[in-house]
Amino acid sequence: MSNVGIVIVSHSPLVAEGTADMVRQMVGDEVPLAFCGGNGDGGLGTSVEDILSAIDKAWSEAGVAVLVDLGGAETNSEMAVEMLPEERANRVVVCNAPIVEGAVIAATEASGGASLDMVKRTAEELSPG
Amino acid sequence: MMALDEAARRRLIETVARTIIDHSDELTSLDQAIGDGDHGANMKRGFAAVLADVDALSAKSLPEALKALGTQLVMKVGGASGPLFGTLFMALGKNLPDAPDRQAVAAALDQAITAVKARGKADVGQKTMLDVLLPVRDAIAGELDIRSVADRAVAAAEATIPMKATRGRASFLGDRSIGHMDPGARSSALIVGAIAAALGTTS
Repeated sequence: MSNVGIVIVSHSPLVAEGTADMVRQMVGDEVPLAFCGGNGDGGLGTSVEDILSAIDKAWSEAGVAVLVDLGGAETNSEMAVEMLPEERANRVVVCNAPIVEGAVIAATEASGGASLDMVKRTAEELSPG
Repeated sequence: MMALDEAARRRLIETVARTIIDHSDELTSLDQAIGDGDHGANMKRGFAAVLADVDALSAKSLPEALKALGTQLVMKVGGASGPLFGTLFMALGKNLPDAPDRQAVAAALDQAITAVKARGKADVGQKTMLDVLLPVRDAIAGELDIRSVADRAVAAAEATIPMKATRGRASFLGDRSIGHMDPGARSSALIVGAIAAALGTTS
């Protein structure tokens, strides 16, 4: 599949899963999708290890857009991107967008075959400023 | 000046890890006041992974050991402090020679501070770990003895109490973040104190 993949990273596994459900309802299986949430011990938080696996699972040659909730999810996602092999790292972007609305609109855009840059820009139009 | 053999590297790593683990309840209560209350548990998880790996870590050269320790924190902490403290140790490892003198430590810490600033998109005065790391770098560069460096770190962490947080979860509280010590600053001071204690017993 050559559509851009979507990764959802929330502090809460339930928010991550619920957001992924909403994405699936909109785009079905047309977009590679993965999600993760929680600190690895069952508590709230985000794990670089889990983010790396999610990126791998949602991998697309067209790239992967990552949607995050609070600051730690963003910091951990940026760290994960830097730990990827170089040829993958430059095809993964962390979007500055609200996680639920951002994931749904990014996936909708991706399902029409949009480029990674276009997917990111569409999601980020939801952010103020 | 500071060539650490394997036993000394082990003591250094164990002292830092145990100090953080022993203070995890204190770090959690600091974080409950102005954050999401997970700092102690997160740091404990990270440093428990470091302790479990201490044989392999202390067998490496000092720079390689620091890089590997930082990677453990990145992978295991489960919060933003993983990449932040992980980046600190990884950047120190990247910039330290095998047997650094004092100015080499100050220079490596300076590079590490730049890396932490970039990772956290933060700067001094925002009530973060940086408010401890900068005074520590200055104290090392200024040739203070190792105990005075540790004292400076404790004082710098306390100096975050009247600050207003403008980065991280504590910034959501605005003025209500004033009056509490920053947990990341406290962790940084604990790490510096543990390093001083471990090195103090070697020299």
